[in-house]
Amino acid sequence: MKIAVLSGKGGTGKTLVSVNLAYSAENSSYIDCDVEEPNGFLYFKPKKNKTKKINVKMPFVDQEKCIGCRKCVNFCNFNALAYTGKRLLVFEDICHSCGGCTLVCPVGAISEKDKDIGKIEIGESGNVSVFTGILNIGEASGIPVIKGLMREVEKENKDINIIDCPPGSACIVMESINDADYCILVAEPSIFGAHNLEMVYELVTLFKKPLGVILNKYSEGINPSEIFCNENNINILGKIYYSEEIGNLNSEGNILAAEKEEYKKLFSSLLEKIVKEVE
Amino acid sequence: MKIALPIDEKDLNNEVSVSFGRAPYYAVYDTETKDVEYIENTAANAKGGAGIKAAQFVVDSGAKVLITPRCGENAADVVSSADIRMYKSEKVSAKENIEKFLEDRLSLLNDIHEGFHGKASN
Repeated sequence: MKIAVLSGKGGTGKTLVSVNLAYSAENSSYIDCDVEEPNGFLYFKPKKNKTKKINVKMPFVDQEKCIGCRKCVNFCNFNALAYTGKRLLVFEDICHSCGGCTLVCPVGAISEKDKDIGKIEIGESGNVSVFTGILNIGEASGIPVIKGLMREVEKENKDINIIDCPPGSACIVMESINDADYCILVAEPSIFGAHNLEMVYELVTLFKKPLGVILNKYSEGINPSEIFCNENNINILGKIYYSEEIGNLNSEGNILAAEKEEYKKLFSSLLEKIVKEVE
Repeated sequence: MKIALPIDEKDLNNEVSVSFGRAPYYAVYDTETKDVEYIENTAANAKGGAGIKAAQFVVDSGAKVLITPRCGENAADVVSSADIRMYKSEKVSAKENIEKFLEDRLSLLNDIHEGFHGKASN
């Protein structure tokens, strides 16, 4: 079972929820898809046992063979190629690695070479397999890293797989939730939080995934995210009350459920609820 | 010799377009025949790589000089590797810019910006 944890903005508590849910399961994986700034491993402190490089294909031009016909230039939907009268130029930042240029070239002047864009680290922490995606600084798209992560997760075949998504609702989030059986939306009690909740809610609805909301940093008083849920009949899975203790434990890299019985109960019952929803 | 300029309308009495890659047209002026050709920029609304495509239009037009207010890094790579010289346009009509260039009164475009091709977006 794959459970994705999302939010429209950073800092709402995706990692807090993901880490604690994975910890609360008996046989689970924690998958950090926030490849630009992964931090779940800071809680699990896994024993690293495997690293895999992530490569993408880039066009490689044999300038001697190129006849300047511009077929590849005209074919490329992303405008990643240009012919200057003397040379064929490739813009790697713009290339989406579709390989189309190699196919349309009539003289076989374009081949493909590997470009290293990041890596995946796999480690163990108690009963949890920890998967971390890392995108090299300056790279445009983390999607190939997410795809690589999902391939590795598939091989491990754990009962519960918790996917800690990147913030927002862009392509990289779509890739992260693509195979999910259930989506948890983590929301903050502010107008901004409710707006961001609405964005991911729309996305997850578009993907026709069953979903539920966890209201984090909950306190008495007006909660725009809670109002949004009630107005749209969205299932509220649970509330995590704002507390300085949680803030402190979390900021020191502790897993709440490992520290206190009260939190262990909270996340175990959340997990139980979600598993029931999926089944 | 041919001179290319990004332009908003098919009229040399207009100012040079504020954008290179996103301009709707390129005017190509031939100093020998005094003819003007207008090339439509089909990449003006492209999601990405508009500057590269625009530069390809300029290269293909046979221009040896490009007069533009600005130019992104990628487009500049294409233009310069085709040995096209770039000059900075002034806030006067395209026609006057051409005249100024012919009188050697335009300066070379040196400040190439990094481009607006959002490296973080997908």
